Order: sequence, then structure tokens, then C-alpha cells
Amino acid sequence: MPVELKCHKGIGPTVTGEALVAEDNFSARYDLNRLEGTFSRPAHKLHGLSYVGRILVLETAKGGVASAWMLREMAERGMGPLAILFNDTNTILAQGAAFANLAMVDRFEKGRPTRLIRTGDRLRVAPAEGRVTILDRD
Amino acid sequence: MKLTADEQAMLSGEAGPARQWAIEHQIAVGDYFDAADFVPVSQAHIMADTESLGPSGVAWLETLAGQLEGQRGVVIPTITDPRGLDLETYRRLGQTDAMADLEVRASNAFQALGVMMTNTCINYQTVLPAVRGEHLAMGDTGVTIYVNSVMGAHSNFEGGPSALAAGLTGRTPRYGYHLKERRKGTQHFEVGFTPRDLADWGALGGIIGRAANGYWEVPVITGLDCNPDSDQLKHMGAAMASFGSTALFHVPGLTPEAATLAEAFQGARSPKPFAVGAAELEQFYGSYAQPGEKVDVVVFAAPQLSIIELQHVASLLDGRHVHKDTTLIVATSPENKSAADRMGFTARIEGAGGIVASGVCFYQSYAREMAEANGWHRLLTNSAKLINIIGGYGYQPSLASTEACVEGAIAGRMR
Repeated sequence: MPVELKCHKGIGPTVTGEALVAEDNFSARYDLNRLEGTFSRPAHKLHGLSYVGRILVLETAKGGVASAWMLREMAERGMGPLAILFNDTNTILAQGAAFANLAMVDRFEKGRPTRLIRTGDRLRVAPAEGRVTILDRD
Repeated sequence: MKLTADEQAMLSGEAGPARQWAIEHQIAVGDYFDAADFVPVSQAHIMADTESLGPSGVAWLETLAGQLEGQRGVVIPTITDPRGLDLETYRRLGQTDAMADLEVRASNAFQALGVMMTNTCINYQTVLPAVRGEHLAMGDTGVTIYVNSVMGAHSNFEGGPSALAAGLTGRTPRYGYHLKERRKGTQHFEVGFTPRDLADWGALGGIIGRAANGYWEVPVITGLDCNPDSDQLKHMGAAMASFGSTALFHVPGLTPEAATLAEAFQGARSPKPFAVGAAELEQFYGSYAQPGEKVDVVVFAAPQLSIIELQHVASLLDGRHVHKDTTLIVATSPENKSAADRMGFTARIEGAGGIVASGVCFYQSYAREMAEANGWHRLLTNSAKLINIIGGYGYQPSLASTEACVEGAIAGRMR
């Protein structure tokens, strides 16, 4: 039965895909090998995993301002995530999502999305509605 | 968002496609953060190294630069963060001609837009210091935290596209640290040691940033039994911003919006302080320690060095020579490089076997490709910010004092 999660109105298109979840943070510059499409920072909880085409569900944005350019650059090479969900984000990732037209939402009503969503869940992310649906939850 | 007539005109395309893109982008961001309207900004600062832009980002910039003259130019002083490479030193660092070509294209596009190529992340030391209450669009986390905290100016982290948009429209959405209520202290840190070297100041910033853990937290720091200088606060703020995504801190009695502890919290009750003592400092250094290991590269950067830091590094290298299997790199702004040339610091550092690079900041300079081209893995630095960033590029970094970094470069080994 689908589970609906309300959040703040977000940025980008409605998308459907598979979640990759970690109680960790995100910076495109600090954490990723953008050429290979994997998390490359050894200390990151998703180290070694591919983020390409996945809906990332993470705690918050970290690090520098480069992610604002990088999300678009990754998307244009077909090496970007499908969407990013945060507990709360910083300005850079929101600006980067706006520049890349990448789906991004944060500020969930029921608490941290990293506790509400599991890796492998199928999600429908509707930023304009401020809504994320877990499609296949029992 | 509430729009003025000028803003409506930009949105409808009357001011050309560049400004139309800019204000559409800003409205999307402003809506996301519930901005009520725009606030005029007096300066924009763009982070746009070519490693981040990639070829597609450079092509996008060139499209913007190809708009009609009169419709494409920035309308406020707009300056740049460090670039992807220094055309004078890139071959020595294993960077390629293709990277240099991309860099020249990006630079040409920016100049067509009227952007000043200052190529610096220490513009508050070298270009134009901010003034209390000034609204800005600063595009480097270290710059933003410094102008917000030390100077009392108002800026969010503005990523490259957003800072460029601010340059094109002369304004930014009024959200986050443009609002007084957001600038209230939210956490209290009590420091129980005296930072000595710049590396200690960076480590302190790193510890606080890691604990603060988020853009919307505002640390209030007490217990510092010394009066820090600009370089010390630069390293503390840059590391705090890097580890924590922190954009503002207060030090009661020192920073302009916090004459007292009560003022730092805007009259609210201060939370229970989180103690940061010598044990936390030791643990921070220890988590990156690699005693006895070979050093491939020693880096003084992140943020770029002030002229005083350049003088210090030059004096530590006098009469010495960097180990033949180790590379020592110093990164500074073009203005400071010129001053260092004139004052002989560049000759002293390069005479000892180091490289002084201008307008770059190492980690923004194709760090992964440099590592592969030069066989670098173990990196030694006095920058806590760099320690936090560079692991993701495949390096194994260690943090040490400025003196210990120079000793490591001479010996070719970590102490």
C-alpha cells in the first residue's frame, strides 16, 4: 500500500525511481567520483555505491559551492542522480537543483526522510505538490 | 515572491534573455526558501572553476556571453573565486592543455559579461572588505562565513549560477542570512584551549562545524583567551563552513553582532555549552595522522594565502630545499602573487623548490587528475578545510602546523 509523505514544496520535475538512503550528508565536490558515478569519499556511508539514476535520501547538504554547477554537469552526461531528498538542505544544493532542473525536496512533516524511507523503496517524488509517495511499502 | 516593476520586466524578457534566465532562477530558489521579495546586493562573487563547470557549463556560459551587448552585462561589481588552473604553472603540476583551453574559454566568457577576474577566495582581505549590514551575494563558503561573521555583512552561500544571476539582476532573494531572525545564535561552544598555529584555528573550526552540522545552525563561540587576527579567523571560518556548511558564527566581544553572549542569542536564553577542549583538538589531529609515512605533496592553500602567510612560508624555507620526491605548492590570489614577486617571497619559495601558484586554490584545480599525473597520494597541509575536501579526490591527507608542513616537505616524510 502506498505511503504518502508531505514535505515543503520543492524544485524540479515529478520523477519515479528507486531510493538510495543513508544517514549521512552530501556534497558533489567532497563525496563523489563524478566520472565514475560513485560515492568516493572513504568515510561516506555510501562509499563505493553508484548514485546514477537513483533517488538519494540523505540528511543535509555539506561542503562547498561547487555542487551548484556540478548537478547540471552530471545530468548532462547522464551521470546524475534522479532526485535528491534531504531532511533539510543548504542554499547551494537548492540553487544547483534549480540550475539543473533536478527534483529536490526537503522539510518533511513526519520527520527525517532517512528514517521514513529505505534503500530499494520505489518512490514518486512530486516537488510541485510537496509530496513523496513510497509506492511499494507493505 | 513579491516583484517590483523592474523585476517583472526582467521576468517578461524585456531586459533580454540573460536577465530573464537570471531572475527565473532566483525566483525558483526564492520560492524554495519562502523569500517574500528581493534585496539589492552591492557585489557578487562567482565560484566557477572549470572542473566544476565541465565543458557543458563552459558552453552554457558562452551562450550567455553571446547575447547582445547591453543585455548581457552584470549590473553590480562581480568578481571571481579561484580558477581551475594557473596558466603559468599548470604544466609543472601535470594539468593538461585541454584544461587550460577550457579555462581560457570560461575566462573569456566571464569577461564578455563584464565580470572582473579576481580569482580569489580571500577577496575580503584583498579586493574590498565588506561593511556591517551590507547585502552581498558571495560565492565561496569561506568568504560567506567571513563576511557574515567577522564583518557583519549579509550573504547566503551563493553557488556559481546564483551569484552570476545576482550580478545580472543586482539583487538576490531575501531569505536565510539576509534576515535578522536567522542570524540569532542557535548553539553554544566553549573553547578550552588556546589555538596557536593556523592549523589549530582550522581544526577548531572543523570541530565546531562538524558538531554544528547544518547550514541553519549559528554557533556562538566563547572561551577564546586571545584576540585572533584575520588569517586565524579565515582558517577557523573556512573549516567551519567546510565541515558544517556553517555560514555564520558569533564570538561575543569580538564579532560585530555579538557585543555580549545575550546579544549573540538576540536576547534568548543561551543553550548549554558544548565543550571543545585540548582532547578534542588532539583527537581531530589524530584522526588524520600518518606518522613516518612518505609525503607526496605539501599544500598551503584553502583559503589562499595572505601576504603575511606567504612571508612566513618563505622565511621557513630560507636555506632549505624541498625533498626531491615531494612537491610543495603554495596558492594565493593574483594580487598577492604580484606582491610576493615584488617582495621576493616567490623567489625564496621557488628557490627552495616550491611552486607558487596564482589565482587557484589546489582542490578546485582538477585535484584527482593532478594526483594521477604526479603519482600523489599522501598530502600534508596546515588547512583543515583542505583535509575535509581532498579525501574524496583519492588523497590521504594529514593536518600539521605550518612549521611541521615545511619540515615534512624538507624531509619528505610525516613526523
